[in-house]
Amino acid sequence: MPPAAGDALFSLEGVRVTGPAGERVLDGLSAEVPAAGVTVVAGPSGAGKTTLLRLCNRLEAPDAGVVRFRGDDVAGLDPLALRRRVGMVFQRPTPFGGTVRDNLRVADPAADDRACRGVLARAGLPPAFLDRDASTLSGGEAQRMCLARALMAGPEALLMDEPTASLDPAATAGLERLARDLAASGIPVVWVTHDLAQVRRIADRVLVLIGGRRADEAAARAFLEGRGG
Amino acid sequence: MGEVGWAGLAASLALVAVAVAISAWRGLGLERTMAWAAARALVQLMAVGLALGLVIEPGQPIAYSVLWLVAMVAFAADVARRRAPEVPGVFPLAALAFAAAGAVTLGVVFGLGILPLEGRTLVPVGGLMIGNAMNATVLAGRRIVEGMRDGRDEVEARLALGMPATRAARPQLRGALRTALIPQIETTKAVGIVFLPGAMTGLILAGVDPVAAVKVQAVIMYLVLASTAVTTAVVAAGLTRRLFTPDHRLVRLVRPAE
Repeated sequence: MPPAAGDALFSLEGVRVTGPAGERVLDGLSAEVPAAGVTVVAGPSGAGKTTLLRLCNRLEAPDAGVVRFRGDDVAGLDPLALRRRVGMVFQRPTPFGGTVRDNLRVADPAADDRACRGVLARAGLPPAFLDRDASTLSGGEAQRMCLARALMAGPEALLMDEPTASLDPAATAGLERLARDLAASGIPVVWVTHDLAQVRRIADRVLVLIGGRRADEAAARAFLEGRGG
Repeated sequence: MGEVGWAGLAASLALVAVAVAISAWRGLGLERTMAWAAARALVQLMAVGLALGLVIEPGQPIAYSVLWLVAMVAFAADVARRRAPEVPGVFPLAALAFAAAGAVTLGVVFGLGILPLEGRTLVPVGGLMIGNAMNATVLAGRRIVEGMRDGRDEVEARLALGMPATRAARPQLRGALRTALIPQIETTKAVGIVFLPGAMTGLILAGVDPVAAVKVQAVIMYLVLASTAVTTAVVAAGLTRRLFTPDHRLVRLVRPAE
């Protein structure tokens, strides 16, 4: 059963974002993301999926329209506090310098090894990884570490921007399983992808964007069945 | 005294002729450009020399010298704007950086009485400081913008963890500032061994005792080092404000056209 409007995790109303060349990246988008499960934002490349995600933790601001997090206009929230409540994993892993422990402590300088091992476990990495040099991790391991780092801030929700784009099938399957587990443990996930098979594997709910707008039902079905978009 | 007469100056044109002859011999096609550059440099230097003579003549109010430096700051800031177009708001930032570097370095040099405060000292020392500050501004500005553009993923990953912009930018800023300062430090180290700097060469040619010339040169080197450091610090602080919005977002940065 779809959640009621007031229970939305994120809601966008008439959101417009203009690109560097004056093009409409998002063109009056209105949409809602429910506060549970895995919501997949799908669509062809250039549809505005990543921009939608970046609006949710205010790495970008709309030129018009309103973005709400749990009912509050994000423009009125402290962006630093918002970003700790809404974690993000990027398309390419972004390890910082130093060890895995150093990386986790960027998110929480006060974290002890127990807390670090805890988030590593939730991201499916063994405790021995704490002392590993972050720059020597494989793509899949680095992306899991980035997930652990995001979890270190204790987020209420996670944004994942094509996080498996640079990973092999085994690492992809692992990260998909983690996202499902996190959603099951009460942290809703917003996952961007253009991979239709991935949509079928992980989505509780799908939001299809085409040309900066929410696709209507027919266009969304056509895209998800691989006929167009 | 090693004063150059008009005849001597005319004779030195033989050196330009050598350069032009080499261009003609190797078919470089640079003869006209070289002749033009040599003539232009001479006219410019003469004009500046005449104007400078009026400004720093003993008995002229020091205000003329100060005005000269203010004009130089504006001119240098405009050069910085043209050389680093990809740096947002570079003109006011450069002017501010030069003013700060000037306040610190000229304050020390004249405030502590290292050199007497008169037009004859203020204009050349100030000019030297501004010239070096200009290069430092362009270098630091370009490196910082480049660092943020190429390190965007990393900076945004830190922002996404709830870090304020100043902290999220720190590793990129640090790298850019080191790159901007290291050449100046290397030059300072090599001075005297690898090359004799212009000021010292000029003084020795003009008949000044080499040790006296060295003392002046040392003061100038330290002044340049300090002005480079102050300039890059101001540029870093100012650019961080321009490259991030008040709500801690990294602005879009375009790659300059080649």
